[in-house]
Amino acid sequence: MTVALREAVNAFRRAPMLSALSVTTIAFSLFAFGLFGLVALNIRDALGRIEDRVEIRAFLADRTPVEAAAAALGDIQAFPEVASASLVTPAQALDRARQELGEFSDVFDAAILPASIDVKLKPGSRDPASVRTVAQRIRTYDFIEDVRFGEEWIEKLYQIRNVATLAGTVLGLTFAIVAVIIIGSTIRMAVLARSREIAIMRVVGATDGFIRRPFLIEGAIKGALGGVAALLLTWATNEVIVRYVFAAAFFNLRLSLLGILAGALIGLVGSAFSVGRHLKHV
Amino acid sequence: MSNPHDGGGTVIRFTRVRKEYARTGVALDDISLAIGKGEFVFLTGPSGAGKSTILKLVFAEERPTAGEVKVASVSSAALRARDVARLRRKLGIVFQDFRLLEDRTVEANVGFALEVTGAPRASIAPRVSRLLTQVGLASKGSSLPRELSGGEQQRVAIARALVNDPLVLIADEPTGNLDERATRGVFELLRDINAAGTAVMMATHDLDLVKRSDCRTIEINHGRLVYDSGEGPSRGDGQ
Repeated sequence: MTVALREAVNAFRRAPMLSALSVTTIAFSLFAFGLFGLVALNIRDALGRIEDRVEIRAFLADRTPVEAAAAALGDIQAFPEVASASLVTPAQALDRARQELGEFSDVFDAAILPASIDVKLKPGSRDPASVRTVAQRIRTYDFIEDVRFGEEWIEKLYQIRNVATLAGTVLGLTFAIVAVIIIGSTIRMAVLARSREIAIMRVVGATDGFIRRPFLIEGAIKGALGGVAALLLTWATNEVIVRYVFAAAFFNLRLSLLGILAGALIGLVGSAFSVGRHLKHV
Repeated sequence: MSNPHDGGGTVIRFTRVRKEYARTGVALDDISLAIGKGEFVFLTGPSGAGKSTILKLVFAEERPTAGEVKVASVSSAALRARDVARLRRKLGIVFQDFRLLEDRTVEANVGFALEVTGAPRASIAPRVSRLLTQVGLASKGSSLPRELSGGEQQRVAIARALVNDPLVLIADEPTGNLDERATRGVFELLRDINAAGTAVMMATHDLDLVKRSDCRTIEINHGRLVYDSGEGPSRGDGQ
């Protein structure tokens, strides 16, 4: 292993230009993928924030006994899909309406706003079907006069989300495949540049595993370096967007490390593929 | 053809070997020969006769289309791809174009062949030093191949071929790129190696060299064995 590691490191020293070219190519391929990832991340965050607003409001009939409302509230809070539920009195409803619709505050009167149970749902239970199921369950209480949850709005939100997920998956896969092809070609160049060395290694009795190992390590190092460079480029781009265009989220530490690891993995797999193909044909 | 090396003394045996290439057709046809331990054998014949193909069959770069090649008791019929590396460690291989790693020193070129076999690190430097002394390059260990003459580069290649104490040294036109003086030096070195017990199989165009020595000569023409002088008197005696 130490020989393989030394040979991999020496490969950078012996062919610095080719190594720099490989790392740069990998960096730009991953940068394109990183930019796509950034867009996908921000779309997901934006949709997530909108999803947070998904809420069911169950209006209570006039003169519903407080005990009955409290019992129902306890039941609803125990629903598996429910994150939280709260009882809103007519006075609280009036306050909220005045806050939310300040310019029309003078037209509100406590008498026209009923009490309600406001239900927030857990992430994963905010799709139209789950919301509808919870709403129907709440409707079974006979003192519930009406249940509202903006059915049409939720349907549309989920349509957008599904389209975004599908487009994101297709585009992401395309970007990943293009990155793998470009990185594979770059590594193939490095392998071809050392075909003489490989031939000599074989003549002196090197096993394919011995020949392959330094290339795999070299590929993984190049991939990781390319990943770090791509991350820095993506970060710089994000900083420019945040400063001059709009606030955008960036990858957290886990995703950043995952990106570098993906670079190393692509480098490793690309190398394995290129060297394997080369060894089969010489 | 009678075989002088039946029994345990044979290191290379070809039995009715035929080799065909898809594009160029028959390269060897019905070749049977045997090389004994410690023997020195010239392989001669015109260009394209099939000499290099015979050597490639010996170090398993090629497989016979028909017949059997047996090297160090390993039959081509039983040889799996993963066994090839192990087989080559029992052989030393030298080429006309030296095939040295240009960006590594002489020591590194020789030591590299030992690293490949997983030899302990501490054992590599003394062994390399001993081999370089044996080939007369003790003072050139830190030189790069391009700083050496052709004859010296071929000596480095020979030192590399010897690292694993091979049973046979395979030399494909080892003097083809050398002037007369260097040729003589390399040939003498090969004879010394042979005298120490290593069989040598050397393909060459140099008929003067062949005539001057008294080694066994096998001649190939149009892929067929046309002459075999039989076991030579020089076997292992260094003459």
